[in-house]
Amino acid sequence: MREGLAVAGPDKMLTEVEAVAELASGMTIGIGGWGSRRKPMSVVREILRSDLTDLTVVAYGGPDVGLLCRAGKVAKVISGFVSLDSIPLEPNYRLARQDGSIEAAEWDEGMLLLGLQAAAWRVPFLPTRAGLGSDIPTEMPDLQTVRSPYPEATSGEHEELLAVPALDLDAAFVHQNRADNSGNALWLGEDPFMDDLFVRAAKRSFVSTEQVVATDDLAGLADVTHLRISRLDVDGVIDAPGGAHFTECPPDYGRDEAFQKRYAAAARSDEDWAAFRTDFLDIDEAGYRAKVDELAGTEAKG
Amino acid sequence: MSTDPTPLRADVCAVAIADAFAGDGERLCNPIGNLPLIGGRLAASTTEPHLAITDGYYTLLDNVPPVGLTEDERRDQRTVAHWNPYREMFGLLWQGKRHVMMGPVQIDRFGNANIAAIGSWSQPKSQMLGFRGAPGNTINHTTSYWVPKHGPRVFVDSVDVVCGVGYDRAAALGPVASRFHEIRRVVSNLAVIDFESDDADGIPTMRLRSVHPGVSVDEVVEATGCELVVPDDVAESRGPTPEEGEQIERLDPTGLRHREVPES
Repeated sequence: MREGLAVAGPDKMLTEVEAVAELASGMTIGIGGWGSRRKPMSVVREILRSDLTDLTVVAYGGPDVGLLCRAGKVAKVISGFVSLDSIPLEPNYRLARQDGSIEAAEWDEGMLLLGLQAAAWRVPFLPTRAGLGSDIPTEMPDLQTVRSPYPEATSGEHEELLAVPALDLDAAFVHQNRADNSGNALWLGEDPFMDDLFVRAAKRSFVSTEQVVATDDLAGLADVTHLRISRLDVDGVIDAPGGAHFTECPPDYGRDEAFQKRYAAAARSDEDWAAFRTDFLDIDEAGYRAKVDELAGTEAKG
Repeated sequence: MSTDPTPLRADVCAVAIADAFAGDGERLCNPIGNLPLIGGRLAASTTEPHLAITDGYYTLLDNVPPVGLTEDERRDQRTVAHWNPYREMFGLLWQGKRHVMMGPVQIDRFGNANIAAIGSWSQPKSQMLGFRGAPGNTINHTTSYWVPKHGPRVFVDSVDVVCGVGYDRAAALGPVASRFHEIRRVVSNLAVIDFESDDADGIPTMRLRSVHPGVSVDEVVEATGCELVVPDDVAESRGPTPEEGEQIERLDPTGLRHREVPES
């Protein structure tokens, strides 16, 4: 028990299965992380096991977006990019784009930040110069411009800027290095990415974490500036050690490059993809972890 | 020059890239890719010592380490001057103190650049990177480009998707919206191109600035699938000074640059 008047947050622990059960087909889902970095992959794998369809996914995309596209879960992707970092082009997203099976909004990377920030601040848009003059406004004509009510200092002109619409999310999932059971969470790498904006931009937000710790221990784990996510923005906490695999989650673990290569290679043919699904996706999370460990053991010996 | 042996092509490219950052003073030099990194860091360690550089991830450095480091070496060999996570990078670039060098899939004579997709954007023949940061970069600060294989499929009349904004698009936006736009240089394995010539409407267009030693003007024109202004006298791209030569070796001890631009 805490000293003084206790105002500890409520216990919000749940499992991937329980969190995904809160979702419905057609929802707009935000996924934190960046490319193939600190993605809530155990949640993504659970969405793959569900019967959800027709999702709109908002992300700085990596294998999360690729997997959901390949599984036919996605109607639309709104992204700043979709990449595996060490493999620049995400193979399953590429396939989905090239066969036209998804709708895409490919925003400037900075625009995505502004859309999330607008939703988190409950304003309808935020203005930016980014995107003007490019094919973004012509290829994505639902994007509108807005004229500044203020004259520009030198010219007196009322500038026209791109109005990035708020990315209001039905649900958001992020993966953090540590969290307490009510959703106060911290990252231990060098970049928080936009995870704090994702959880604030969503109606329902979920943090999966490498390790659940006592609230009293949080501030001792890192400088207080790393305590980026507050329980005020979080509805559920998922205990998910290894949950970002095969993306990186430093300093707990790096990216599993061998597994990522296997994933990217399997995406090239339907036959190889079917085998990959059987081996790694059409099983439960415990089965997945066992397969990954077994693989790592084989590769270490080999 | 006449007594010197012909410099290696990759070294000429590194120097030409460094020269693209000349005059930048105190701002973020942010080249993307191996040779651009070598050239940018060459500028930072010689002619433009006040440039800031990144470690490729989340910090700005006040030293100039070599390229091609392992993750442990990257952490060991950096003098961190500033925390620069992605959201901070957007803040910095929107403020404007940055010069980026990107690698286009296609580029036209106005400097419009495509990194997103080949074919139609709505359903590409070949999905590439998407727009990534190109629109925001080009409308907010100086941009240059690096083309490791100069050819007519890269230099095209019209790009399939405009990601990086070129001079005609900037002109159409008007002087206020485009006041931070500058495409400074395109450096390739054959030549250096700038935008110091105008078309009939006064819009800057590609001009051949120099050809690398051993490359003819005709060869460059042949390899350029868009209009290219060729002045009467085209200079030869310079090789490294002895000091630059030493720095290039220090910055790229394993010769990554020669893998990107081999001797022909």
